[in-house]
Amino acid sequence: METLFAVLVGILFSAAIYLMLSKQSVRVLLGIALLGNAVNLLLFTSGRLTREVPPIIAARLDVLPGNTANPLPQALILTAIVISFSFFAFLLVLTYRAFQELGTDNTDEMRLAEPKNEPLPPTGY
Amino acid sequence: MASPSSTPVDLSQAFVMAPPGLGEWLVILPPALMITAGALLMMMRHRVDRHGFIAIPALVALVLIDAALLLKVSTGGPVTMMMGRWLPPFGIAFTVDVLGALMALVSALAGLAAAIAALTDISDSGRRYGFFPFLMLLMAGVSGAFLTGDVFNLYVWFEVLLISSFGLLILGSEKQQIDGALKYAVLNLIGTTLFLISVGYLYAIFGTLNMADIALKAREISGAPLMTLSALFILAFGMKAAAFPVNFWLPASYHTPRITVSALFGGLLTKIGIYALLRVMVMLFPVQREELSFVLAVVAVLTMVLSGFGMLAQNDLRRMAGFAVILGIGNMLAGIATGTMVGLSGAVLYALHSILAMTALYLVIGRVKALTGSWTLSAGGGIYSVAPGFAFVSLALFLAVAGLPPFSGLWPKIMLVKASVDIGAWWLAAGILISGFLATIALGRTFLLAYWRPAAESPASKRATSNVTRPQQQDRLAAVAILGLAALIVLFGLFPEAPLSLSQQAATGLLDPQSYVRSVFPQGGAQ
Amino acid sequence: MNTLIFRTVAPFLTALMIVFSIFVLLRGHNEPGGGFIGGLIAASAFAIYGIAYGVAAVRRALWFHPLSIAGAGLMLAVVSGLISAFAGVPFMTGLWIYPHLFGVEVPLATVMSFDIGVYLVVVGSITSIALALEEKDDA
Repeated sequence: METLFAVLVGILFSAAIYLMLSKQSVRVLLGIALLGNAVNLLLFTSGRLTREVPPIIAARLDVLPGNTANPLPQALILTAIVISFSFFAFLLVLTYRAFQELGTDNTDEMRLAEPKNEPLPPTGY
Repeated sequence: MASPSSTPVDLSQAFVMAPPGLGEWLVILPPALMITAGALLMMMRHRVDRHGFIAIPALVALVLIDAALLLKVSTGGPVTMMMGRWLPPFGIAFTVDVLGALMALVSALAGLAAAIAALTDISDSGRRYGFFPFLMLLMAGVSGAFLTGDVFNLYVWFEVLLISSFGLLILGSEKQQIDGALKYAVLNLIGTTLFLISVGYLYAIFGTLNMADIALKAREISGAPLMTLSALFILAFGMKAAAFPVNFWLPASYHTPRITVSALFGGLLTKIGIYALLRVMVMLFPVQREELSFVLAVVAVLTMVLSGFGMLAQNDLRRMAGFAVILGIGNMLAGIATGTMVGLSGAVLYALHSILAMTALYLVIGRVKALTGSWTLSAGGGIYSVAPGFAFVSLALFLAVAGLPPFSGLWPKIMLVKASVDIGAWWLAAGILISGFLATIALGRTFLLAYWRPAAESPASKRATSNVTRPQQQDRLAAVAILGLAALIVLFGLFPEAPLSLSQQAATGLLDPQSYVRSVFPQGGAQ
Repeated sequence: MNTLIFRTVAPFLTALMIVFSIFVLLRGHNEPGGGFIGGLIAASAFAIYGIAYGVAAVRRALWFHPLSIAGAGLMLAVVSGLISAFAGVPFMTGLWIYPHLFGVEVPLATVMSFDIGVYLVVVGSITSIALALEEKDDA
């Protein structure tokens, strides 16, 4: 099971990297979203996989019964999902604004902060 | 615990039973205080005129708390507080040693200086957009990252400071800022995602995220792919710290926001990457750091020499300062690459110097712009004749950044060169000296062109001349911030004993994490 | 999205979703659910209301600015952690009281106030982002 998930994570990573290498900022954004999901799956797999027993303590019990799923990776993933979700929302707004203000979604043409042919500093008085 | 059970339970199996003392509360107070202040400022977002009256006292309190924490830690050893009372390694630990407390204190000083400068630099619309709340959350992220003792928690604080830095970066929403912010946001997000991937592997290997627990287990474990893990960590933190092949986001974005924001970023953000490298590579994986030290050294030399050339090639002062930040990162990486006591304490000392000096450098550049009306070397000039006092302070600062005596940049550089020579890496020492030389040329040229050169040459500078005015009443606050930082830098340069001994204590704590581990596990062993 | 059907249904849908979000928030105490997911449901409720009646209507209905709500939530969450200082236990330790309200024992905990804080932070911040995006669509 872990091997299967490892392969799946690998496929997601390669797809994400392929998308992030694109010049279009929207594709880069999609790549980042995919990367976030790949990492979540990786975290999930790294806690080892256990099926069918959720780590919930039933009423009138003080400890988990027997062999349950590892709750820690789930807590980590929940945190990571929250973070990647908020970042994705922010980046979505930012990319949209960039497209509106700069008039392009091609990252090669986004040269406002670092203009081409900027003059060199003076060499003398 | 929701429904009291009938069977008696031995709570000491799961909980820390001893009540925490005041000293332990100091560990959690810095981030808690900053979040509280940030939340308060968010709630009163319409009373922007009162933001400063909350933010400045909060930052002063932060400085005092961090100072008390440093005092406690340097005399009594590392302090730990477990979140939610859970026993380590199950609860999230906040563990502070000398390194963390020292970095937190100096960052708080830099944050306070930037906030004072912001009182006049950030307009009402910038405040309504949320400058001060974002600043508070940024400082919460910075203090949290320095004080936590849990790898995943470190990731969370990285994200806290990252999201607030996004907010600060696009304050004003100019086209340039959006362009810079897009690159900054995408590349930093990829960097922290790499960090998260490494955390996932770390958990898969060790089954724990507590730093003290990992430090114990990493010395016993064998046959695990720790080398891959270390390489991933170095890549992730190198990206955050702006080390050479992955540093292009920094010069692309740091010159676009308001100058106070640049000052905060240049002072604080990259140093957290360095701190994380020190913490993870030196304290947790010393064997792997030793193996990778050649790679780190090559990266260090490339980072500092290439950014030295970058400084020479820039006409815009802010972009030159961006390369100066990277140059410092190269120096700190050199210290981490040597891995010796002298090298590590040199790196810590350089980080402290760099936090103060880079914040001050950006603030000085902001004053230059206010005096001459231009960010560039080609258009400015004539500051010396209108503001000689400011020119003297700037010169002292430039010398400190370049690492010349008698200011704060000198001592760490001597230690780093000595450490490189000690391990026989003459080329590393040469890299440090050459990059210092390049920085001296670039900053000396800045002083010649922007300060000494008379300001009437081209129409552009003629217009600037008419703008050259004496510092006005409302610019006093920026001057106070610069003077405060400059005073610290001069003191640090003239009386280096105290920071030197503290940084040596920090390096000792990294090389031998015994006391760090004992503070988390008083019984001396894993559960 | 200005069809009559949608405009008629939207207020009911919004009300229902907000009630459901509070249910999910409180259920998260002992079972799956919680502040984050509840907050997302409430934020989507406001987003739906915004699609039907425009952003201005949502802002009027919310009364407080979304970011002020998020700030209040953040404050509540930190204060829930800091209360443990007065009980002599470390930061973020769960503390419980069992008051009798109208003859029923109601367990209240700092865990719950923390979760309500999370709920408010999520509602505030996500609603403010959603409203910002919807405002752009109008323009």
